[in-house]
Amino acid sequence: MPHIFTLLKKDILLELRQQYTFYGVLLYVASSIFVLYLAIQQPESDVWNGLFWIIQLFICVNAVAKSFLQETKGRMLYFYAIAGAQHFIIAKLLYNTFIMLLMSLISLVLFRALLGNPLVNFWQFTGIVCIGSVSLSLVFTMLAAIAAKAQQQASLMAIMGFPIIIPQLLLLMRISKAGMGEAFQAGALSDMVWLLCGLDTLVMVMAVILFPFLWKD
Amino acid sequence: MKISWWKILCIVLLTYVLLGGLLLEVPRKAILNETIRNIYFHVPMWFGMMALCGCSVYYSIRFLRKPDLLSDIKATSYASTGMLYGILGIVTGAVWANYTWGKPWSNDIKQIGAAIALLIYAAYFVLRNSITDIDKRARVGAVYNIFAFAMLLPALWIIPRMMESLHPGGMGNPGADPRDMDTRMRMIFWPAAVPGFILLGLWISNLITRLRKIEDKNLLHA
Repeated sequence: MPHIFTLLKKDILLELRQQYTFYGVLLYVASSIFVLYLAIQQPESDVWNGLFWIIQLFICVNAVAKSFLQETKGRMLYFYAIAGAQHFIIAKLLYNTFIMLLMSLISLVLFRALLGNPLVNFWQFTGIVCIGSVSLSLVFTMLAAIAAKAQQQASLMAIMGFPIIIPQLLLLMRISKAGMGEAFQAGALSDMVWLLCGLDTLVMVMAVILFPFLWKD
Repeated sequence: MKISWWKILCIVLLTYVLLGGLLLEVPRKAILNETIRNIYFHVPMWFGMMALCGCSVYYSIRFLRKPDLLSDIKATSYASTGMLYGILGIVTGAVWANYTWGKPWSNDIKQIGAAIALLIYAAYFVLRNSITDIDKRARVGAVYNIFAFAMLLPALWIIPRMMESLHPGGMGNPGADPRDMDTRMRMIFWPAAVPGFILLGLWISNLITRLRKIEDKNLLHA
């Protein structure tokens, strides 16, 4: 447990000192949403919803891809000596989830400000965004760990990740419509939310089990 | 040819499926008409694909537990045969859908699931080819294979039950419900078509594995 916190603290401290990822991704978020705004000022709610999740997907690839790339070989060896694989991956999962939550909320605010507001139930949608960003960041953290072992990082992550994330994205786009005023059958909404939480748990368990095999070289 | 009982069984079963499936009586239904015979060929592809991909994951797990290049070769041969079955399943489904639903692709949730499965296995092979070190390739490939299969299962088994679908058995059992099928058809489908095509898949994978064993002889005995 203390190992996880130390590693997490190290990631956050590094971020605070270098301030490279955070502002880099922030700029990515802002500029892509601004381009969207220039392209289609105020879209209909279905288009809004689809664009929102696609932008989340790309933000996630960008924000998470760096997390394993920045660790040099020497540093990885050092972590190997002082901490376990499980601690390392859990710290990474937590840190990426935190970054992604922050980015998703910022992009939600920007979307609302620039692309209009089709949301009937803003707080419900915010909750869905939080669930979605957690799901995205967990899956892509695991994939970044895999892609870090092969050389072409970003493109490989997209190839591996998009098919895997499609089911979750479909579910997210489906439940997002609740925030836009669509009525659901009783129980259908909570079923889908539980399924998403279940998938998140599955990803975490798989990451903890499988990461030790990626880690030794 | 190495003759063993299951290969003979496979030939016998598939001959029965081919002759019986095309010649024996089937119930006459509106819209479906004679295309109902496609059930002997389209549906077993999915059973076969799940079985073969399951074998592939089994060998990936075995590789991670005890690194042995032979397990890796087996995992990839099962995955490639599974992908072949997936492609055949999509093609047979598209031809069938063209006559019954009016167009080959209608974004049905099960069609999407099948496409996801194919993309995942295509990514598996791209990932493998991007790593040159043989041991590392096998290890990273095995990790992705297990992870992707675990993520694929809910997409194929849970989500189709929650969304509306054109396929029969939607909102309930996404597979074929044995009770729904006509007795005459059940006699071909369950005892012959499903095991026959699974055996054929195992046979093809077996041949690929043996071919790869010859190609990588120096690696395996090093």
